Amino acid sequence: MTREKTTNAVEVRGLVKHFGETKAVDGIDLDVREGTVMGVLGPNGAGKTTLVRVLSTLLQPDAGTATVAGYDVVRQPRQLRRTIGLTGQYASVDEKLSGRENLYMIGRLLDLSRTAARKRADELLERFSLTEAAKRPASKYSGGMRRRLDLAASMIGRPKVLYLDEPTTGLDPRTRNEVWDEVQNIVADGNTVLLTTQYMEEAERLASELTVIDRGRIIAEGKVPELKAKVGGRTLEVRPVDPGELSRMVGALAQAGLDGVSGATASEEAGVVTVPIVSDEQLTAVVGLLGERGFAIADIATHLPSLDEVFLALTGEKATHEDEKNELEEVAA
Amino acid sequence: MSTATVKAPQSSGTSPGPGAGSAPVKPGADEGRIGLRANLRHISALVRRNALQIKQDPESMMDALLMPIIFTLLFVFVFGGAIGGGSGGSSRDQYIQYLIPGMMGMMGMSIAMAVGTGINEDFRKGVMDRFRSMPIARSSVLIAKSVVEVGRMLVAVTVLLIVGFAVGFDIHGHWLGMLGAVGLTALFGASLLWIFILLGLTMSTAQAVQGVSFLVLMPLQFGSSIFVPTGTMPGWLKAFTDVNPLTHVADSARGLMLGEGAVANPVMWTVIWSVGLTLLTAPVAISKFRKKT
Repeated sequence: MTREKTTNAVEVRGLVKHFGETKAVDGIDLDVREGTVMGVLGPNGAGKTTLVRVLSTLLQPDAGTATVAGYDVVRQPRQLRRTIGLTGQYASVDEKLSGRENLYMIGRLLDLSRTAARKRADELLERFSLTEAAKRPASKYSGGMRRRLDLAASMIGRPKVLYLDEPTTGLDPRTRNEVWDEVQNIVADGNTVLLTTQYMEEAERLASELTVIDRGRIIAEGKVPELKAKVGGRTLEVRPVDPGELSRMVGALAQAGLDGVSGATASEEAGVVTVPIVSDEQLTAVVGLLGERGFAIADIATHLPSLDEVFLALTGEKATHEDEKNELEEVAA
Repeated sequence: MSTATVKAPQSSGTSPGPGAGSAPVKPGADEGRIGLRANLRHISALVRRNALQIKQDPESMMDALLMPIIFTLLFVFVFGGAIGGGSGGSSRDQYIQYLIPGMMGMMGMSIAMAVGTGINEDFRKGVMDRFRSMPIARSSVLIAKSVVEVGRMLVAVTVLLIVGFAVGFDIHGHWLGMLGAVGLTALFGASLLWIFILLGLTMSTAQAVQGVSFLVLMPLQFGSSIFVPTGTMPGWLKAFTDVNPLTHVADSARGLMLGEGAVANPVMWTVIWSVGLTLLTAPVAISKFRKKT
């Protein structure tokens, strides 16, 4: 534990929250330093949302302590609520109200004057590119617009700590990028953010530090590059034009013995060859080699390790769902 | 437990608010208390929300607009002639005089019933989490909802009176009495709201809320003096109708608007019921709302 004089926006010690038999949060310690983004990574049911709900005073902990901006979640809930912004897993805006009315209402609930609330609403609509849709009811918004409105709603009170509970779950990749851009802007302004996510990619893109949790317990924590180093690099997927060439490609790679490249496998069902890589040089070398040998390549893609693979690498335990697509299974090597 | 509790310095002593450009925080915010004026402002912002919801979804007013019309026409023209005892216009006219004031309390109850399903549905949407994680009194969400529902009751009662006047209801100039009856209906209806809010918070689905509400509603409405005088009912039933608050509300409205029959006694019982129900159920509903996860 760091003893240096850092200021923690969020401090959690020995936090426990059980629902009957289920140990949703089972003894978690967590520090989020001011002005940083802490990613809490874990699969469904790991306790991420429970943690966020305790930290936003929506749930009472069974044991342990938690403070946000110096306020205790149990003893000072009212003061604490003044310092936080919450963007839940489900867009928490009023669907029947327009975007502007939603933001205006929240401004008024945060004790802004009528004019100030109106001004702040317009400001945030502009900032989150919602000005055009300002008058439409939120129920008519697309998924991405809804999340952006939700983010805007959380920013109205200029919170000291912003909770983003799975901000992109259920969004398509393009919309996800849109939301990430907005979150990155928020982060760039120096806000403290607690982000929960199921996606390694999201955590890597947004968070500076990571806590990996499973079944209510922390299984790994540290800076993102440290954890990434533990986990390994990316997976390269190469799809030949002719699926019959899969095994020949694997053979060619094995034979060439490129520096540090090993463990290429062919997946007949997916019609791709997967190669674990740890650097851009390896990526270039593999693709270059396949080109030289005259393989006709239809598609190339790289993937970050999935959550399952992260778990496998960090804990040495098998990931929870075994029947996951087998195309990405070699990374942890 | 760890001792490395390094408090954020700017928030431990001074008010958490006045950081660069923070939302202005009322004095006294240090203890996190919410002042009366702030509370009223929150409630009005939430009333506005509920009103905008109705504007966005006008169909949600259908019950308040149509129920009084349908019930009036149904009872006046289907049962009116027969219940009046005779066969002809005059007995129907007498029944109109009896029925319209009686149905006012029923409007209050039927509208109040809808609040339970509304609250229940609200809870399955994230917006409730947002409200509950904000620095507002949690009760203000419920109070705002009640204010709007009382407004809907007044609409229903107004429609009822208009339809009543159209079919020949005559208050013989007891306008003040009418206002009194409307006020009493609103008071009674508001107290019922808390029961249905409590139901909405307790039951797991909106459908269940509706089912149970209906079961409560039917015997109370018909086991009262709303539609017919209770004189012909058997003793056990009369014992029930005599304590049924809907009977008191109906009798009060008749006394006030027609200037005949007892007034003081039913009005007193209506007030006792309303205040009693509110004192009993509102705190439970609010604390349940606070603790709901």
